Amino acid sequence: MLTIDNLHANVGDKEILKGISLTVNAGEVHAIMGPNGSGKSTLAQVIAGHPGYAVTSGSITYDGTDLLAQQPEERAQHGVFLAFQYPVEIPGVTNAYFLRSAYNEIRKSKGEEEVDPMDFLDLMEQKLKLVEMDEVMLHRSVNAGFSGGEKKRNEILQMAVLAPKLAILDETDSGLDIDALRIVAHGVNQLKRPDNATILVTHYQRLLNYIVPDFVHVLAGGRIVKSGGKELALELEAKGYDWITEGA
Amino acid sequence: MSASIDALVNKEYAYGFVSDIDADTIPKGLSEDVVRLISAKKNEPSWLLEWRLKAYRRWQTMTEPHWANLTYTPVDYQNLRYYSAPKSVKPLQSLDDVDPDLLKVYDKLGISLNEQKRIAGVAVDAIFDSVSVGTTMKEELSKYGVIFCSFSEAVHNHPELVQRFLGSVVPYSDNFFAALNSAVFSDGSFCYVPKGVKCPIELSTYFRINAAETGQFERTLIVADEGASVSYLEGCTAPKRDENQLHAAVVEIIALDDSKVKYSTVQNWYAGDKNGVGGIYNFVTKRGKAMTNAKISWTQVETGSAITWKYPSVILQGDNSTGEFYSVAVVNNKQQADTGTKMIHVGKNTKSTIISKGISAGEGQNSYRGQVKVLPKAENARNYTQCDSMLVGNKCGAHTFPYIEVANNSATLEHEASTSKIGEDQIFYCKARGLSAENAISLIVSGFCKEVFKELPMEFALEAQQLLGITLEGSVG
Repeated sequence: MLTIDNLHANVGDKEILKGISLTVNAGEVHAIMGPNGSGKSTLAQVIAGHPGYAVTSGSITYDGTDLLAQQPEERAQHGVFLAFQYPVEIPGVTNAYFLRSAYNEIRKSKGEEEVDPMDFLDLMEQKLKLVEMDEVMLHRSVNAGFSGGEKKRNEILQMAVLAPKLAILDETDSGLDIDALRIVAHGVNQLKRPDNATILVTHYQRLLNYIVPDFVHVLAGGRIVKSGGKELALELEAKGYDWITEGA
Repeated sequence: MSASIDALVNKEYAYGFVSDIDADTIPKGLSEDVVRLISAKKNEPSWLLEWRLKAYRRWQTMTEPHWANLTYTPVDYQNLRYYSAPKSVKPLQSLDDVDPDLLKVYDKLGISLNEQKRIAGVAVDAIFDSVSVGTTMKEELSKYGVIFCSFSEAVHNHPELVQRFLGSVVPYSDNFFAALNSAVFSDGSFCYVPKGVKCPIELSTYFRINAAETGQFERTLIVADEGASVSYLEGCTAPKRDENQLHAAVVEIIALDDSKVKYSTVQNWYAGDKNGVGGIYNFVTKRGKAMTNAKISWTQVETGSAITWKYPSVILQGDNSTGEFYSVAVVNNKQQADTGTKMIHVGKNTKSTIISKGISAGEGQNSYRGQVKVLPKAENARNYTQCDSMLVGNKCGAHTFPYIEVANNSATLEHEASTSKIGEDQIFYCKARGLSAENAISLIVSGFCKEVFKELPMEFALEAQQLLGITLEGSVG
């Protein structure tokens, strides 16, 4: 589904990603771990198409298409979803309106009919249960005045509604208390299907107790320095990052 | 993101066409003779001619005001034409008499003088260059005793009302542009809602400048008698031309005891091109006087014009009267706007609310200028002002000039102001959810303007939102 080949990316003059290669197949869950500043979030942002990062070489192929040639909104329309580490506030725009606009724009791009507000609310009702959110949240402005936990849950709600093929969760676990973490993880697990894939970007092993990855990759200094199965996460938890990142 | 942005930037102003309509115009320049000529063409009574002449003489002693935060080439008042009328509309007995070409123009603008608006329940008066070309739903309105017609018709059919109220809120001596308008105004709309009548439909005036080198000076007078209520909307467009055109209108509202007037504007005059060539100079005086328990509410969405100089105001004359001002002003490219309001608290327990949303993009300069004045006898006056600015890009400017004068200690005034920048992060967030840059900006901006949009009549709120999207297209890149 996703093939990243020798990807290099800069912020300004500074090279952050220094040759990342990664293959993700449908049905898989990959965890990307690593110390602060290793380039985890950059990788997530580059896949989603953030204009602040310049790809200097390498390629990303998604579903047989050149992902880097696509605008961020095209990537989203083709099923790529990024759950933001810091979800952005949009004052005055209700969550329901925002989500419906996004949902309909994606439908339109596929030549499907737009969904009217009433039908959309029905759809939302089921999805809200998944992340244990109250309907009241739909009528509040997007992320404005939300607590940290509410923002993260709201990201998962969006993911549930937009039903992406490839979901990238950027430090979705950071700043969550244990209950919120369980709710978020439960949501993500429920959304798992044989034809979609998930990339979890995380600093801590904690999240992986709830969402079990098929593969774990350690990122350090802009490169993947080690890959393995879920047991690698436990090893990192016990030993820290130093033993594999030295010299990276 | 630049390729798609470029395409958006170059999107054309949709109303910029010129219509080839045979017009009756007078030579350029302004003099007493021109004032007399205009008055004669309109077959006006002598009291009105006298009033015009007084205004003209006063205007000659005045100088153009330059205190606003605006920079523009001076207007050569002798190089303008002060009257232009489509030739064929002279005998205006009914809409059937209106030149079909002219009706086509309005169709093109999305304003059908015939059936469409009737179905939508909106009465429309259309002003083409200087004269009214037709008012719809007159009969329906007359059942309620509501008078809604062109100003010229009102002068002939309801002279007592016009004479009683004309200049009672904006005297001809008020300011330079108001004096000029009083001398040469050609037409406009007149509305009178009798005692206790709630006007059953929205009243709407549509202004269109067509002729070249012609100023448009319309005069609108709205009177809500005791206990009456009315909602009124004006819309404006003009062709694209390389030279600047002057628009100096006056709107007066009189809200007698216990009445309510809601006045909404969607101003989309041609703004000039992206290098600042052409566009309308919009110098407008709008003011209402609210008597006891009366309420006047201004809502404006200002997206057009090269220069906007406009302060819809309320004199809170009567006790317990209310004044409101809700404004969205958008400038893009080289547009400049200096707009705001004045709330003059005269009576006791008077209340005013000001919500101003300024959006600056491109190299646009947007100034909010607002005065809240509490006179000595205005016990327990209250004002709430909220003034928010949003910057799109980093070549634009937002300025705020609040003036507060309080002469009564019992007054309560609140002023909140904020400036924010439309974030690349916000846009990226929307794009990452599948929304185009265009839709993202329009979504973020409409959220910012929500408090104002919700004051607009339903059928125009959506139009305003789309207009805003078009005005700002391509401003982020």
